[in-house]
Amino acid sequence: MLLNICLYLLVLSNFLLLGTSRVAQMTKYTALQGFLLAALLFDFGHSVLTVAVLVIKGLVLPGLLWHTLAKMPKDSLICPHRLVALDVIAGMAGLAFAIWLDARLGSDLTFNLFPKLFLPLGLTTLFCGLILIIGRVKAITQVIGYLAAENGIFLLGMPLMTQGTTWFELALLLDVFVAVFVMGIAINRISDSFASMDVDRFRSLRD
Amino acid sequence: MLIAILALPIVTGLIMLFFGRALLCRLLLPVTAFCHTLLTAAIAWQVAHGQKPSALAGMLAPDALGVLFLAIASVLFLAVSFYTVSYLREEERIGIHTNILLDHGQFTNQPERRFAAFLCFFLASMSLVTITPHMGVQWVSVEATTLSSAPLIYFHRHKSSLEATWKYLIICSVGIALALLGNILLSVAFYSPKAPADAGFDQVAWFIAHAKNANPTWLKAAFVFLVVGYGTKMGLAPLHNWLPDAHSQAPSLVSALLSGALLNCAMLGLLRGHQIMQAAQLGEMSSQMLIFFGLFSLVTAAVFIVGQGHYKRLLAYSSVEHMGILALGIGVGGLACQGAMLHAVVHSLTKCLLFLLSGNILARYHTYSSYDVRGLRWTMPFTGSLWLAGFFAIAGSPPFGLFVSEMLIFKGLLAQGYVWLAISYLVLLAIIFVGLSVACLRMVQGNRPLDMPKSPREPVLSVLPPLVLAICVLGLGLCVPDALWHFLVRAASLIG
Repeated sequence: MLLNICLYLLVLSNFLLLGTSRVAQMTKYTALQGFLLAALLFDFGHSVLTVAVLVIKGLVLPGLLWHTLAKMPKDSLICPHRLVALDVIAGMAGLAFAIWLDARLGSDLTFNLFPKLFLPLGLTTLFCGLILIIGRVKAITQVIGYLAAENGIFLLGMPLMTQGTTWFELALLLDVFVAVFVMGIAINRISDSFASMDVDRFRSLRD
Repeated sequence: MLIAILALPIVTGLIMLFFGRALLCRLLLPVTAFCHTLLTAAIAWQVAHGQKPSALAGMLAPDALGVLFLAIASVLFLAVSFYTVSYLREEERIGIHTNILLDHGQFTNQPERRFAAFLCFFLASMSLVTITPHMGVQWVSVEATTLSSAPLIYFHRHKSSLEATWKYLIICSVGIALALLGNILLSVAFYSPKAPADAGFDQVAWFIAHAKNANPTWLKAAFVFLVVGYGTKMGLAPLHNWLPDAHSQAPSLVSALLSGALLNCAMLGLLRGHQIMQAAQLGEMSSQMLIFFGLFSLVTAAVFIVGQGHYKRLLAYSSVEHMGILALGIGVGGLACQGAMLHAVVHSLTKCLLFLLSGNILARYHTYSSYDVRGLRWTMPFTGSLWLAGFFAIAGSPPFGLFVSEMLIFKGLLAQGYVWLAISYLVLLAIIFVGLSVACLRMVQGNRPLDMPKSPREPVLSVLPPLVLAICVLGLGLCVPDALWHFLVRAASLIG
């Protein structure tokens, strides 16, 4: 029951991420995804990882993003509406593709390992993350996209987690934390140097 | 010893970061590099004599392939560490710099201690990539290489380097995330509900031993994601977009490490996947993918090298070319694979040599344009001579080592019956030779610019490491020592 509720909320959070133009709102949805992943881990019985994911993905990483946003001018934190509409359409196409792929792969292995809906929703989260990275022009939305894509991959790896692999998952979380930390520093520099967070201003390095 | 090889750069890096004065950093860096090389030599000796060094319950247990790439990284870092002393001294003397690529704005460098510390962390993460047989740990350490090298690329705090750093961070992080998906799919392929997998730390050996029971569909999907993920970091076209920007904007000594050592480390992740695919009788598919990406990289490099005016980007595209050659040789297998192993060694040495020299040229001429650099032989006699030798070496001319390795790969292609591939390979190498020669020879020839001093002094530490590297590259062209060749054959036998 908890599993299904979390999965449905996760797919909803993906489309909320794609459908909003306000970066501050996107940060909140990123935190929501962290909480949902922690709830799923709790359902799987991984207590240590539940706490780690809750703290890192639910609180610390969104907090880092929020801290970065606080220094930016408010009018620079809104994405163009045209891009938002295109992203939602691309996300729906991603969901349809993931469901189709799951149906094609519907072997015994899939059902034994992945609970129902796990595979398509993991893939959809990954696709939504990639769409955010490619489809938005702000540096911070690329970081949010990276986090969403990583959440999708984390979800797909969840059924394979055992007590013996907890150290690896913690190392992975540490890596993601450092990555977002470094990206946060870079965003601050970008904002200072370019007076904007738009990566389409990056035009000096071309052939 | 295996723990020491990780602990040494981490501890030194922390000392530099928290207590590092400039003099201490400049002293510690070569000392650390030298000790690391000694430890690497000891590990290589053990592995060459059939021993299996292991530590941390098997989490650190390198094989011949891993030791080969560890040795390359360690030797390159040693050369770079001496060069860095001279480089940092010069940077300190200049103080405030001007961005010559964009808007001519002024900028300062990052603190020296941070730069030196992250160089050490970068070495530690590359070492971990090469000595672990666990694919998860390898993934974590490859991501750690990205995070530890990003501040190095942003050493010069200006807009262009920030742009390059951002592209590097985002593209490589996303690429590596896809490699993680590849790792997960690999575990799915080996999943069995009746007997849960307990691979321990030596995952590669476990996967190879149980490869015949793996689900082929999931295994193929896993390899595709491993190629995309690690291929991005390795700079295989069309996933190479970060590479020319990062290599051109990083300090030249960092470019030397990125190109000579980091790309090999990323390739190791790909090679582990190839090993497992071969054990599962799916080697044909993985070989074909490597050949495709290899050839595509060669074509891409040829297109961008011809007419390239930015000499550091020229070297970066040359790295794309050589990664393509490596992928091609490994994909074909047999003699070509042995040639590819030799190619990995010689390319790393040569590219390190050229990037270090490009740093000398940039410091003297203050331009990235090969059109504006004229008369190197007059203005910088040592650097100019080595640049010329380096050009002939990287273009695959005799008597340098790359000629031998490229010919071995060519013979391997013919021996396996890939006649059209061999012809395409030669044609592309010829085009690249022409493209490189136009730019590199133009820089050496011509008259000395009027505002350049006639016979300026060149700091010993800025030309000595490239000189030693050039001698090694020449030596490997004249004669490959038996011990090295046997080691390369052993490494090649693991991947085909």
